[in-house]
Amino acid sequence: MTERTGPLVELRDVKVHFPIKSGLLVDRTVGYVYAVDGVSLSINAGETYGLVGESGCGKSTLGRGLLRLVEPTDGEIVFDGTDVRALKGETMRRARRRMQMIFQDPLSSLDPRQSVESLLVEGLKAHGLAKDKAETNRRLRETLEAVGLPASALTKYPHEFSGGQRQRIGIARALVLNPDLIVADEPVSALDVSIQAQVLNLLKDLQTERGLTYLIIAHDLAVVRHISDTVGVMYLGGLVEEASSEDLYREPLHPYTRALMSAVPVPDPLVEDRRERILLAGDLPSPSNPPAGCRFHTRCPWAQPTRCGDERPALREVTAGHRVACHYAEDIEAGRIRPHEVEPELVRPVDGDLPGDPGELIPTP
Amino acid sequence: MSLLDVRDLSVVFQRRGERPFTAVDKVSFTVEPGQTVGLVGESGCGKSVTSLAIMGLLPKRGNKVTGEVLFEGTDLLKLRPDDMRDRRGRDIGMIFQDPLSSLNPVIPIGVQVAEVLERHQGRERKQALREARELLDAVGIPDPDRRLKEYPHQISGGMRQRALIAIALACKPRLLIADEPTTALDVTIQAQILTLLKQLVDDTGTALIMITHDLGVVAGLCDTVNVLYGGKVVERARRHELFGQPRHPYTHGLLNSVPRLDSIRGERLHAIRGSVADNIPWTEGCAFAPRCDNVVDACLEGPPPLEPTATGGDLRCNNPVSEEVAVP
Repeated sequence: MTERTGPLVELRDVKVHFPIKSGLLVDRTVGYVYAVDGVSLSINAGETYGLVGESGCGKSTLGRGLLRLVEPTDGEIVFDGTDVRALKGETMRRARRRMQMIFQDPLSSLDPRQSVESLLVEGLKAHGLAKDKAETNRRLRETLEAVGLPASALTKYPHEFSGGQRQRIGIARALVLNPDLIVADEPVSALDVSIQAQVLNLLKDLQTERGLTYLIIAHDLAVVRHISDTVGVMYLGGLVEEASSEDLYREPLHPYTRALMSAVPVPDPLVEDRRERILLAGDLPSPSNPPAGCRFHTRCPWAQPTRCGDERPALREVTAGHRVACHYAEDIEAGRIRPHEVEPELVRPVDGDLPGDPGELIPTP
Repeated sequence: MSLLDVRDLSVVFQRRGERPFTAVDKVSFTVEPGQTVGLVGESGCGKSVTSLAIMGLLPKRGNKVTGEVLFEGTDLLKLRPDDMRDRRGRDIGMIFQDPLSSLNPVIPIGVQVAEVLERHQGRERKQALREARELLDAVGIPDPDRRLKEYPHQISGGMRQRALIAIALACKPRLLIADEPTTALDVTIQAQILTLLKQLVDDTGTALIMITHDLGVVAGLCDTVNVLYGGKVVERARRHELFGQPRHPYTHGLLNSVPRLDSIRGERLHAIRGSVADNIPWTEGCAFAPRCDNVVDACLEGPPPLEPTATGGDLRCNNPVSEEVAVP
């Protein structure tokens, strides 16, 4: 493992807009889905960056945009000093060896007619690394061992494995090319709870052994917090908060992060009974017609009549390493702004003689 | 008398030329009026099949259901299909996991809610629609007048789940079965739906069977929790006991393997080794034995019995996790 410092990946104001087409004969573009709308972040080498958000917030699109699996509309993607968006054809293809992806559903991302050996060799061949047969064989066995599969797996097909093992094959396929960056899109959400822990531990071990850099995309805040060094929270195409995983949990500054955290169920009745939930009203607005100003102001319990509705807050550093896109983050934190009384509703736990200590998850504003 | 008394319920799937598969293996539990009971387990543990068997919704062929499902003293398994149809939706309501596939895509939401009232309470369409409007309002659907006329694809996932809850609650059933009602939803929407369910259960006094794989959902909602593994109940306890002091190695392992929002970061998760594929049949011993850290010789000699514990629960284990071992 080589110790490197500084960012391996840097995104500057990345945008991915999908055109909405309409018309019978001629496709006219009638609007855009602003899936990712101006995201800047950097990932240090050897670290894990976790991206959380609910469905439709653009987290997957951002991950795919980073690898240019979808073409970003605008912005700059710098990978180890080179501008990825400027690369063309063959140079881009060769650059892909260093950035690999793990997909959510291991069954649909593995070709059912390819044996594990063929799945793993495909990438090696594509990058001209499978010239020596004995060497290739050694490499495959080594990779399989690293992900905890027996060498006998090579001749088997994806359907012969369980969900957890399939995900290990997916990880092996990414790993065999010896990449620097792995983008994992919901790597554990299709797995059973007891298997999730195995895969999360495996990802962690591989990082320690090989010095990998991860971008983990998931909707499960607890999973992301567990595995990541830095966590970014996305809402409707933009990053609303970014902090080290401890800071984000200890003092979430953005109203959306607070709501998200208070909504995650904790498997402990003592905590659950005492918790204060911030219930958000309504659903996510459409990304093709995002609200003006702060994207979250339509559902924000702390929204103010000024600024929130007409000025989009920039991601600014509030404390060291803690960035927030909210005009009033400090005021909310200090309790100078109180949440609205009517809507959205703030459900408080019932008063009464509940056993145990109060579970302090979200600091009461 | 309990509201629902499930006794030795077994479901065996059998296809010609294949070995029969026991999905649910002599499961017994009771639900008291107004109580919330959780059925927890991972995929393949038989939790959904249990609920389908209670509702009589399993396919007619290819399976054998044995045991008793006593609803207020009547065995639902012995009812004629017509009588069962009268009860379904009236006495027992059900909410499914995926609201999009359980709503009819070509019928407006309002009609789908009204249908239940017409079928079971003999309401006229007009009157039923008026009541449907109130129901949609009660489950927190904004602008119910407009939503009545809309189709399922026009509303969001959370709204669809609310509509499904409205349908299930239309006839004020005494028992509501919710099968993974929030799994397809985002966390903030999940919080909305769970709060709504809790409120409705409190307001109407409906008993609730909550089927889920998410221990967090159970922790905040259920009075009693049944943990299923390989088609059998392996542990049953009130929620404070279950989460405070899980005795079965499987329950203990599950609680240790989930990353928690409030746990210390960076600690290694204690994964349960192997997968469900390693299970041995219950007839040969404890199905969980190959994955268990506490395994003793007796585990491989025969199925351990479900025995009452000191804290008022039940446990199926030869060598339970000692009471001193706390969950971190």
